[in-house]
Amino acid sequence: MNRSTLTGAITVVVVFMLWWLLTSGTGLINPLRFPSPEGFASALGRIWSDGYAGGTLMEHIWQSLRLVLIGFLTAVVVGMPLGFLMGYDRRIEAFVNPIFLLLRPIPPLAWIPLAIVWFGLNDASKVFVIFVSAFVPSVINTYTGVRNVRKTLIEAARVHGATEARVISEVYLPDSAPMIFTGLRLSLQASWTTLVAAELVGAFLGLGRALQTAYRDVNTSMILVTMVAIAIAGAITTILLGHVEKRVIRWRATT
Amino acid sequence: MKRRIPLLAYSIASLVLFFGGWQAVVSAGLVSSFVLPSPIDVIDRTITMMIRPFAGALLWEHALSSIGRFLGGFGLAAAIGIPLGLMMGRFRLLEDIVTPLFEGYRYVAPLAWVPFAALWFGTGIGGAIMVIFTGAFAPCVINAYRGARLVDRHLIEAAQTHGASELRIGWEVLLPGALPSIVAGLRISAGLGWQSLIGAELIVVSSGIGYVMIQGQSNLSPETVVTSMLVIGLVGLAIDFGLRAAETAVRRKWEGQ
Repeated sequence: MNRSTLTGAITVVVVFMLWWLLTSGTGLINPLRFPSPEGFASALGRIWSDGYAGGTLMEHIWQSLRLVLIGFLTAVVVGMPLGFLMGYDRRIEAFVNPIFLLLRPIPPLAWIPLAIVWFGLNDASKVFVIFVSAFVPSVINTYTGVRNVRKTLIEAARVHGATEARVISEVYLPDSAPMIFTGLRLSLQASWTTLVAAELVGAFLGLGRALQTAYRDVNTSMILVTMVAIAIAGAITTILLGHVEKRVIRWRATT
Repeated sequence: MKRRIPLLAYSIASLVLFFGGWQAVVSAGLVSSFVLPSPIDVIDRTITMMIRPFAGALLWEHALSSIGRFLGGFGLAAAIGIPLGLMMGRFRLLEDIVTPLFEGYRYVAPLAWVPFAALWFGTGIGGAIMVIFTGAFAPCVINAYRGARLVDRHLIEAAQTHGASELRIGWEVLLPGALPSIVAGLRISAGLGWQSLIGAELIVVSSGIGYVMIQGQSNLSPETVVTSMLVIGLVGLAIDFGLRAAETAVRRKWEGQ
């Protein structure tokens, strides 16, 4: 174990001890402001086995995860090709860019009320706002990545008589892959932020709904449990995406 | 060579199609104006909200109260985040201590702080400022840290041999050296902070431009919602524009040296 990890581990232990000391140890912090570790543990036990706000922890996580994945994947499936075409063909760029520049400054969260007017409080409105928030970074980063593909590489491939399909699959895509993945990471992050906000505004199930209920009940232990669950769910998807990225880039390097 | 259609024509065609199509779909009654207001409805509504109060205030007053909160939270994030990031770049021990906590904090979506923000600081100005702070804090820290790591170690050593205090090193060596990275981080921060504020106003805070949207939504007035979206987009654009100007100015000064 090197020095950095050791210091980090000590920090985490100290923070936990301080947490216990300030809450249940000395009672300096009122449990109505911040929960104690025991409160946290019992709230976790309660939502895990008995359920809270209409579902158990796993049901909430599954609901949120499902919506994030549907919204995110749809955005990627539509956004990446669009971004690619914009970077590939200047006419498509000239056609799509103005609308994009118009819609882009509107933060994804600002679509939530309109989404509720359009789809109500059900899953469709959440998937829609997640789609909007994940779509913009997917398009922009793919577009930028493709635009920045080295022109000399493209020319070289064409001079050697490569078909356009081969130029795309062997020059454009590998050269823009890192930028595209940066966009996907941003998209995924934005998806979670938007989902939490959308579920806080109104939902029947999901982590944001559990958070909102805990807030209404002034149950700080449960607030912290759901916040941690949101963080873990977000971290898991980010790590998964990292693995996909590694796979794809390695595969690209070997073919 | 064939005469080609100029690219500008595509852009104009696109905008005409977008707004024309939008207006046509609503005018033809294909979608109800309760679902999608036409561009003309939106313009009309914007003018009305400029001269007649809605949800307790005029449109620009709502916008101003949002901007005020934004500046509070964003300023706080910069004032704490930038020195913290610089110190993390300077002192290895501090970096090791802060990193695990910071990584944990980063995965929590900013809006998930809304309940604690409301419980700790109320649903007035304090809670909103904390939500903006949690949204804007991370890029301030990360970019100040990266910037400080890029500063030439010889400069720091030179300052040390001349007997400069740590405070002076921070102010006169680290901060100027890291400035381009910091300003780039501030731009990202501002975007996230502005978005978090809108989220907070949608959920708990009962004033500001986000609140106007929620009022419009529950009054079944989509034109109010779209008008607010427009204002939110414009303010966000203005903030970004200001910071981009700062970024260019800083970069020009640095490259000029």
